[in-house]
Amino acid sequence: MKRRDSLKALTLSSFGVAALNPQEVLAERRELDKAMNTPPAEVGFGRTKEEAEHDAKLMAEKYFTDKELATLAVLSDIIIPKDSKSGSASESGVPQFIEFMVKDQPYWQTPFRGGLQWLDRESAKRFGGKVFTALSKEQRLQIVDDIAYPEKAKPEMSQGVSFFNTMRNFTATGFFSSKIGIEDIGYMGNRPNVWDGVPADVLAKYKVSYDK
Amino acid sequence: MSFQIKEPPTEFDVVIVGSGAGGGMAAYQLAKAGAKVALLEAGGYYDPADPKYITQLKWPYESPRRGASTPFRNFGDFDAAWGGWEIAGEPYTRKRGTEFDWFRSRMMGGRTNHWGRISLRFGPDDFRRKSIDGLGEDWPIDYKTVAPYYDQVDKLIGVFGEANGLPNDPDSIFLPAPKPRLHELMLKESAKKSGVPIYPNRLSILTKPVNNERGSCFYCSQCNRGCQAYADFSASSVLVIPAVKTGNVTLTTNAMVREVLTDPNTGMATGVSYVDREKLTEHVVKGKVVVLAASACESARLLLNSKSTRHPNGLANSSDVVGKYLHDSTGASRGAFIPKLMDRKRYNEDGVGGAHIYSPWWLDNKKLDFPRGYHIEYGGGMGMPGYGFGWGMENTNGKYPGPDGKMKEAGGYGASLKDDYRRFYGAYIGMSGRGEAVASADNYCEIDPTTVDKFGIPVLRFSYKWSDYEIKQAKHMQDTFEQIIDAMGGVASGNKPGADSNYGLAAPGRIIHEVGTTRMGSDPKTSALNAFNQAHDAKNVFVVDGGAFVSQADKNPTWTILALSWRASDYIIDQVKKKNI
Repeated sequence: MKRRDSLKALTLSSFGVAALNPQEVLAERRELDKAMNTPPAEVGFGRTKEEAEHDAKLMAEKYFTDKELATLAVLSDIIIPKDSKSGSASESGVPQFIEFMVKDQPYWQTPFRGGLQWLDRESAKRFGGKVFTALSKEQRLQIVDDIAYPEKAKPEMSQGVSFFNTMRNFTATGFFSSKIGIEDIGYMGNRPNVWDGVPADVLAKYKVSYDK
Repeated sequence: MSFQIKEPPTEFDVVIVGSGAGGGMAAYQLAKAGAKVALLEAGGYYDPADPKYITQLKWPYESPRRGASTPFRNFGDFDAAWGGWEIAGEPYTRKRGTEFDWFRSRMMGGRTNHWGRISLRFGPDDFRRKSIDGLGEDWPIDYKTVAPYYDQVDKLIGVFGEANGLPNDPDSIFLPAPKPRLHELMLKESAKKSGVPIYPNRLSILTKPVNNERGSCFYCSQCNRGCQAYADFSASSVLVIPAVKTGNVTLTTNAMVREVLTDPNTGMATGVSYVDREKLTEHVVKGKVVVLAASACESARLLLNSKSTRHPNGLANSSDVVGKYLHDSTGASRGAFIPKLMDRKRYNEDGVGGAHIYSPWWLDNKKLDFPRGYHIEYGGGMGMPGYGFGWGMENTNGKYPGPDGKMKEAGGYGASLKDDYRRFYGAYIGMSGRGEAVASADNYCEIDPTTVDKFGIPVLRFSYKWSDYEIKQAKHMQDTFEQIIDAMGGVASGNKPGADSNYGLAAPGRIIHEVGTTRMGSDPKTSALNAFNQAHDAKNVFVVDGGAFVSQADKNPTWTILALSWRASDYIIDQVKKKNI
C-alpha cells in the first residue's frame, strides 16, 4: 500500500466523526505504519495455474480497513511482544497474515470484524468514547486482562474471550510460522541432513538408549 | 463447436487408464516387455524434480496461508497431491443417511503423491479371513502366490524396515530402518507397560540408493511434498517417468476417460473414449488390451458407465458386484501432551517423512468383541511450524507449572505466553489406528441416475454405513490409545471420543484406502475379476487398482496394489504370447 493511500484511508477510518481527535489519528498512524512494514510473501512454490490465479486475486483484494489493521497490529503485539530473543508479532507480519487468511477462509471475516468492533465498543464504554488504539497502554491491558483468561473471565465477557482466543491462535500461528518465529522456536530442520538418531546428551537426560 | 471425435491411427497393445500405483506399475512392466502402451491420466503432468512443481524444502512463510488447506490441495499448500475431497465440476452424491468422502487427485501419479509411504505386505491370514472368522470372503490367491511379487516390488522400489519374523506381518527385503526419534524411543519404552508392541516402521523411502536414477533420503521429513531426489516412492518418479523413457509409452495427460468401448459382436474391449479436460475435445484410443487403474471407485464408475447390448449391466458386471463391497480402512486418533518433553533441547529431528516406528496388530480377535485388527501409526517431534501451530494454547498452559514451578492462569498474553509456546514445542504426540473393516455388499457405489459431472459423465452415488464391527474396533483403539499415553506418562488431549461419535471413527473414505469395488474371485457369479485381475466377462479387460481387493487388511493397500499389478502385467504378457488375448 502506498503511503498516500494509507493516509487517505486513515481520514475515513474510525467510527463516529466526533471520536476523531488528533491523538487517535497519531496512534492509528503509528500502528498502521508498523503493521504494513513487512512486505507480503512471494508466490513461487510449485503453484498450479489455478492456485497462482486464486492467490493473486486474493492478494489484490483488501478486506480489513486500515483502522482494523492497526488494531490487529496492537493486539498481536500485546499477545506476542518483542523480547530479548526475538521481535514482535507485527514485525513478523501477523496483521498481513490475518488479512490474507480472512480472504482465503471467509468464515473468519465476521468473527474478526465483529470482535474488533466489540473491542472498540468496550473501549468506548470504559474510556470516554475512545477506540482501542487510542487508549493508553494501561487502559488497553485493563480490557485485555478481562478477556485473555478464559477460565476466570466474567460471563459477560464471553464474546470478548472468544475473540481473544481466535486472535491468540492466529497470532501464534502467524508469528511462529514466520522467519522470525521459526528462528525463535529453534526449529533446525528443512534442510538436507543425515539422521543418526537422538544426540547422546539427550538420550542420557531422558534415560533412553538404542541398545535395548 | 463441432463434436468431432479424434482418433489416432494406431492401435496400441495396451491402453492403461490411470497413472497411480496400479497404472504406473502396469505401464512400467508392459513397456519394459516391449508392448506399445497408451497411458491416460485424467490430471496434469507432474514431476517432483521439476522446479515448477517443487514444494519440498520451502518455508511456511513462502505460502501466504502458511501451508493451510485449500480447495486445490486439501492436505495443505505444500502437499504434493492436487485435489481432495471435493473437486470443482466433478461432484459425487450420497444416499440419504449414509456417508462416504471420496478423495481424488487428478495428476500424474495420482494419490501416490500424498500417501504416507507405509509399505506393508498383507500376511497369510489377510488372504483368508472368511476361513478364519466366517465373515466376508477369502481371496482366490494366497500369500505364497503374491510373495514373489512383493519381493520384486521391494527390490525395484525400496522399503526400509527390520525383519521381525511376525506371523501375519511378513518381512520385506528391507533397507536399513532409521533410528527412532526421542518420543518414539519413549513410546518403545512404554510398550513394556502398555503391552502394545512397537517395531521399526516400514516405509518406501530410500535410506540407501537402489539404482542410479534415484537418490537417497536426505531426511527432510517431507515425503508428502514429493521428493526431488526421487528418494521415496511416487508413481510419477519411480514408475511413470521410467516407463516413458523406454520409448514404448505414449502418455496423455488431462485425458478424462468416459467409457471402455467394446465390440458389439465379441464383447471384447476395443479401446476407450476420453474427453480432454482443458480443450474439451473428444477422443478415442484403440487398444488390444484395456487396463483400468483409475482408483477403486473411478474404475467401477468407468465399468458401470460402459453399458452396451453385450454388457447391459455395465462392463465386467454380469455378477452385479461392480461397485459393491466398497470398504475403506477404519481410522481413529488421539493426541497427547508429554510433560516431561517440555523445555526440550533443540536439534534437527526431521528424520524421514513419517514415523520411524509403528505397532502392527498384536491381539487375537477370538478374545475380542470385534473381528479384525488394526495397526497404529505415531506422530510427534520438533516439526516445522506451519498453519495451526500453537492453536489452543488456552487449553494447555494452565495445566502445567511454569519455569518458576508455579501454576498460572490458562490463556494469557505477553512475554510469558510467548515463552509457553517455546516450552511446549515438541512435547505433543499423536496416534492413529488403521484397521480392517468387513467388506459388505450393503456398502457400495453406483451410478447416480440424475447427476453428471461437467463433462457430462454420470457420477457416482455412495451408500456406506459402518457396522458394529468397525465401531467396536474404534472403541478398542481409543482404550488402547489411553493405555499407551498413560504408560508414557502423557496427558491425553481433549475428551475421550465416546459412543456419540462412534468413538472417533472417521467417516468412510477419510483414510483413503477404499478398495473392493471390482473384487476378484474364482466364481464369476460373485466376483468381477479372476485371480489375475482379469474381467470374467471380457478377457482383454483388467483392473489393477484397489478395486480388485477382496478384503483390505489392517495394512496400507499400496504395496499389494503394486504386487498385484505387476503380477497381472506378467499374466497379460504371458497370455498375449500364448495368443489367448
